[in-house]
Amino acid sequence: MKEDNINSGRVQKAPENFLTQGGIKEVFAEGKKGRRDFIRHAFAAAAAGAAAPMAMAQGNPVPTEGGDPHILNLPEHATGLGQGVAVEGYGKPSKYEANLQRRQSPGLTQTTQASVSFAPLQSLFGIVTPSGLHFERHHQGWWDIDPSKHRFMINGMVQKNMVFTVDEIMRLPSVSRFHFIECGANTAVDWGNVAVPTVQYTHGMLSCSEFTGVPLITLLELAGADLKNGKFVLAEGGDGSAMTRTIPMSLITSGEVLVAYGQNGEMLRPENGYPLRLIVPGVQGVSWVKYLRRIEVGDKPYAAKDEAVHYIDLQPGGLHRQYTNIQEVKSVVTTPSGGQVLLDKGFYNITGLAWSGKGKIKRVDVSTDGGRNWRQARLETPVLSKALTRFNLNWIWDGKPAIIQSRAQDETGHVQPTYQQLRGVRGTRSIYHNNAIQSWLVQENGEVKNVQVS
Amino acid sequence: MSRFRNAVLTAALLAVASLASAQASKYPGVGRDATPKEVAKWDIDVRPDFKGLPAGSGSVASGQDVWEAKCAHCHGVFGESNEVFSPLIGGTSAEDIKTGRVANLSRTDYPGRTTIMKVATVSTLWDYINRAMPWTNPKTLTPDEVYGVTAFLLNLANVVPENFTLSDKNIAEVQNRMPNRNGMQTQHAMWPGNEFGGAKKPDTDNKICMNDCKPEAKVASFLPDFARNAHGNLAEQNRLVGQQRGADTTKPEPKAGTPVSAVPAATAVAAKAENSEGKAAMALLNKHSCTACHGVDKKIVGPGFNEVAKKYAGKVDYLAGKIKAGGSGVWGPIPMPPQTLPSADAQKIAEWISKGASK
Repeated sequence: MKEDNINSGRVQKAPENFLTQGGIKEVFAEGKKGRRDFIRHAFAAAAAGAAAPMAMAQGNPVPTEGGDPHILNLPEHATGLGQGVAVEGYGKPSKYEANLQRRQSPGLTQTTQASVSFAPLQSLFGIVTPSGLHFERHHQGWWDIDPSKHRFMINGMVQKNMVFTVDEIMRLPSVSRFHFIECGANTAVDWGNVAVPTVQYTHGMLSCSEFTGVPLITLLELAGADLKNGKFVLAEGGDGSAMTRTIPMSLITSGEVLVAYGQNGEMLRPENGYPLRLIVPGVQGVSWVKYLRRIEVGDKPYAAKDEAVHYIDLQPGGLHRQYTNIQEVKSVVTTPSGGQVLLDKGFYNITGLAWSGKGKIKRVDVSTDGGRNWRQARLETPVLSKALTRFNLNWIWDGKPAIIQSRAQDETGHVQPTYQQLRGVRGTRSIYHNNAIQSWLVQENGEVKNVQVS
Repeated sequence: MSRFRNAVLTAALLAVASLASAQASKYPGVGRDATPKEVAKWDIDVRPDFKGLPAGSGSVASGQDVWEAKCAHCHGVFGESNEVFSPLIGGTSAEDIKTGRVANLSRTDYPGRTTIMKVATVSTLWDYINRAMPWTNPKTLTPDEVYGVTAFLLNLANVVPENFTLSDKNIAEVQNRMPNRNGMQTQHAMWPGNEFGGAKKPDTDNKICMNDCKPEAKVASFLPDFARNAHGNLAEQNRLVGQQRGADTTKPEPKAGTPVSAVPAATAVAAKAENSEGKAAMALLNKHSCTACHGVDKKIVGPGFNEVAKKYAGKVDYLAGKIKAGGSGVWGPIPMPPQTLPSADAQKIAEWISKGASK
C-alpha cells in the first residue's frame, strides 16, 4: 500500500476486502484466540487467490426491508423549507456538537478564578482551535475589558516612556501568524503515573490560533529601547493578577514576539486577553500575558511570582530550574485516545497533533504495539514553525489489544523522549514541561485507556 | 513653471521637517510620551535587587492585623491552609536558613511544597502581595501594609523574629536568610538566548528506531476502575459522529465482543434539557464573585450552594437577607462578609438556592 495514494477517512476499503467471506470468519475466530501467525497465513492465502469483494460493513448493515430507512424515507429537511439568513447574527455550532466543551478537571483547583479549563482535543480537526474552545488559564478571573479604555505602556531602558491606545496599536503594520500555545503544566498530572482518563485532561492545555498583531520590536524601536544593555523584558497584565513574566530578548529581536489583538480572524476572546495579549511563540502559555498593559525593558530578570514560586521545575537533587520557557518537541494521538470507544474492527485513521517550541515538526512516527515497531505518519499541511502540525496514519485494527504511541522530531533534530528517558533526567516531581511519549491502550472491547508502559 | 515646482517642493520639505520635529518616528501620530505620573502608577514591579521597591516599613504585629482581616480566610491563620490555595508556610527549618537550601525539597516522600520552601527571592513575595493581593481586591494594600504582611509571613517561617520591622533599609539582609535562596538554577536549555549562559543541548536524546526497538511493552500504570467516572461521563465528552464514540463511564466496562451502542445523535441531544434558570444564577454568582468562596456542589471557603439549599429549602427571604448581611458561626469559623450587590440580584440568587441550587 502506498500511503500517499490513500485518502483518509472511514470509506477507505480495508485489505480485508481481498479476503473471502469464509476467510474473514476464520481470521477473526483465530485472531480472537491470539493466533497472529494464523492471520498472516490467511492474508497470504487471500492475496494469492483473487478474492471476491466483501465489505465488512458491520457499522452500516443493510436492513431486511432492502434499504436504509434514512435513504428510503426522505426526511423533513429534504421535503420542507429551511431557516432564513441571519437567524443567528453570530453563528453557533450544530446542536449535535454540544459535547465539545472546554472542561475543568475535577479536584484540580479549589476556585474557578485561579484555574484551568481544557480544550477537547479528542474531537478537533486540523490545527486551528475554535476560539470558543481555546483552553483557559486564569490566575485571578477573566474580564471583558472596554478596548477604548485600555492603554499599553512601554518604560524602563528606553529613550522615552510611551503610551498607546488600542486604536494606535491597530494602526501599525500588522502580521498574522499561526502559533500553538501550551501551558507549561500541560500533562503535569501524568508526570508520576496515570491520573486522568482522556486527552482533553492529559494534553488539553494546548491550542493553536492565527494571531494578528504588531511585532513587539516595532514598538520597542519606536520608544528607542536600549536593545544592547536591556537584556530582559518584563510583560505585565492589566487585570487583578497583573501577571508578570520575564520575556526572552532573543525572541523579541527576532521579530517573533507580537502584541496581538486578533485571533482566528476576529478580536481575541475575553478569556484569551481581549483586547491585547503578548504572543511569545514556542514559550509556555504563562508568558503570553493577557490584558497586556505594560512592557518594561531592564538589564536583569525579574523573578516574578510565576517564575519564582510557580512555573519552576523541581529536579531530583532538590534544586528548581528557573526561567524554563521553551516547550520542547511533543506529540499526542487524539484518536484513538483515552475514553473513546472504537466501533468495530477494521480501518481507522490514527490522527494526532505534533508541535515544538523550537521550530517546525520534521517527522512523526506512530507505533501500535507500545513502541516496539513504528511507522512514519503523514504530516498534513500546513507545517509551520511553532504551530500545531496534524499527522495521520492508516491503521487496520484486528480487534486485539494495541498500544498506540506517537513520537515527534523537530527541525533541530530533537526527538520526543520516552517517560523513562525524561524521568531519568528530571525525576517525577517536576510538574512542568512533560513532553513524554503518550500511550493509549486499545482494549479488545474497543475502549481506549490512558496507560504508561514499561 | 520651474518656480511653481520649486514652491511645491519647498512646501513639501517644510511639511516633512515639521512632522519630523514633532515626532521623530517612522510611524508619526502613533503613541505619545507617558507622563511621570502615569509611569509611577503602573510601574510597580520590584526586582530581586530591589529596584522598584518603595520606601516604607511594617512590623510583624501590624502585618498580623492585616493578615487576620484580609488574608486568613483563604490562607489560614498561620498561612498553612490548603483549602483555597496551596499552603504558604511550613516545611523549612533553621538549618535551611543557614544553608539557603530547603532540605525537604530533595525528599521524594515529603508531601507538599509550600511557597516559603520554593521562593528564593524575598522581592517576589513583596511584589506579588503588592500587585495581586488580597484575592478579591488586588492593589488595595498600602506599601506599609505590604511590608507588614511580608514580615508576618517571614516570622511564621522563623526567618525574622516576632519583634521585627521589615523595611526597604533591611530587606537585603532578610534576603540573606531566605531558606531556599540558593535553590534555583538557570543553567538549562529551556531559555531561548544566551542571557543565562545555559546549556545548548536538550536533556534527552531519544533516537529514531523503527523496528524491534524494545521488548514487548507492558502496561505499568493505568487508572483504577473506581476512577472510571471521576471525570464525568466520557460518552458526553466525545463527538456523536465519527470513527469513535465516548465510553459510557456511568456503566461498568463492557466485555470484549459486546457491540458498542452508537446512541443516535438526536436522542443524546434531546436528553440534555437546558437549565436556563441555573445558567442565569451562575452568571450572577460569577458576576458578584460569590464563586470565589462557594462552589455549587462543593465547599470552598464557605459551604457549597447545594449544602445551603438543603438546609434552607424554600426560605427565599432568609437567604436573600443573609447574602446582604453576611454571617458567621453557621458553617464554620470563617465569617462571610456583608455583600454589596443589588437586592434584585440577591433575590434571584436566593430563589435559585431555595429551589435546590441546580446548575
